[in-house]
Amino acid sequence: MSKEQQNKSEKSQWQPRIVAFLCNWCSYAGADLAGMSRRGYPAAIKVIRVPCSGKVDPMFVLKSFERGADMVLVSGCHPGDCHYASGNYHARRKLLAFRELLDFLGIDQRRFKISWVSAAEGAKWSSLVKEITAEAQALGPFETFATMLQGEPS
Amino acid sequence: MSANGTITQALREAAAQMLSDKKVGVVIGYGRDEGQEFSTPVFLRKAEEVERLVFDDLCFGNLAVYLSRPAIRKMGKTGIVVKGCDLRAVNVLLRENVIKREDVLLIGVHCGGLGEPRLPKCLVCEVHSPTGCDVVVGEAIEQPEVKAEQRYTKADEIEAKPVEQRWEFWQKQLSKCIRCYACRQVCPLCYCKRCIIEKNTPQWVETSPHVRGNLAWHVARALHLTGRCVGCGECERVCPMDIPLGAINQKMAKVVDERFGFRSGFSAEDEAPFTTFSTEDSEEGIL
Repeated sequence: MSKEQQNKSEKSQWQPRIVAFLCNWCSYAGADLAGMSRRGYPAAIKVIRVPCSGKVDPMFVLKSFERGADMVLVSGCHPGDCHYASGNYHARRKLLAFRELLDFLGIDQRRFKISWVSAAEGAKWSSLVKEITAEAQALGPFETFATMLQGEPS
Repeated sequence: MSANGTITQALREAAAQMLSDKKVGVVIGYGRDEGQEFSTPVFLRKAEEVERLVFDDLCFGNLAVYLSRPAIRKMGKTGIVVKGCDLRAVNVLLRENVIKREDVLLIGVHCGGLGEPRLPKCLVCEVHSPTGCDVVVGEAIEQPEVKAEQRYTKADEIEAKPVEQRWEFWQKQLSKCIRCYACRQVCPLCYCKRCIIEKNTPQWVETSPHVRGNLAWHVARALHLTGRCVGCGECERVCPMDIPLGAINQKMAKVVDERFGFRSGFSAEDEAPFTTFSTEDSEEGIL
């Protein structure tokens, strides 16, 4: 096998690790629906159920990256549909500002996704996961962050 | 750089008056002993001590940091010398109910800027004259117009670099951090009794001075100050490793200014952007 082919097969074998924080009331149920209606989606995604997207502290996201996530997704109810009336509106402000901070510090914005998936959108969930997994695959391992993690203490 | 005689004299008179009238339990101001490079905080309990008070263009500290300290609260009503920029921090403390308006007596000073050469924040100062103080000393200073694009020049400069260079820049800067937390101690708005850095179940931020924990610490600090930081620049001034922390705070101030049209500390009544929301907020970048 030529080196190029080897690289190619290594790359296709590599699976990204995507951590997803899903709100209990919409996105988690949406993912559940995708499963129940036998819509497949890549297993690269590791789902963590949270009560509300408003619960997601930016530190959760940073911690995920620190523990080796290649991409992080936060998904909640569509605006107006929050089980707690306004949790996702707060999440929207907080997380979009956080994403700008990450960008400012030199972290690729594409590594951090935010989405709205309702309990009825099993199909959207399935296609969304396929889409972001393909993107994570194309981006490759989060090397800049991994190098930082392994570096010697200053 | 000599002390500004007229302001100093007026300050001493005002402080002596309120201390002898027992209107306040303590006056917090600036003092400078012989041989000191710049003016440092002084705490006056008696009218006889007012000779220690000075005001000059080396009064860097933001004295509002002491207002939330329990030891100061115990001394009774607090008289405090505030420049226009410090007053913004006091406004945030009032807004967040850390202090009550009746518990402080604000002694405003008209300030023409600090340091030689002038600090960057003083060059674009919009609050040469404090408003809403109980006493104001000094002569009013003409307020030059500051354009919106002059506000966040430090953040703009870093933002103009491509993303890889930004990463490299911040990695270099943040790896210098020795985690002394001087930036936290000096910040008038970092008044939590228990900081996230001290929480260890779970351990949110690694405590050793390694760049991964340093990054997490500075991200946490920036986010906790988003929509609150008034840009007094104290964190950057006290940083022993010269990390440009002001640029991070400036970036977040720019974010809330651009997204929500909000600027912190100009009023004690306004609502902080992260305590409220609008259904009209941007959806850009959400899948």
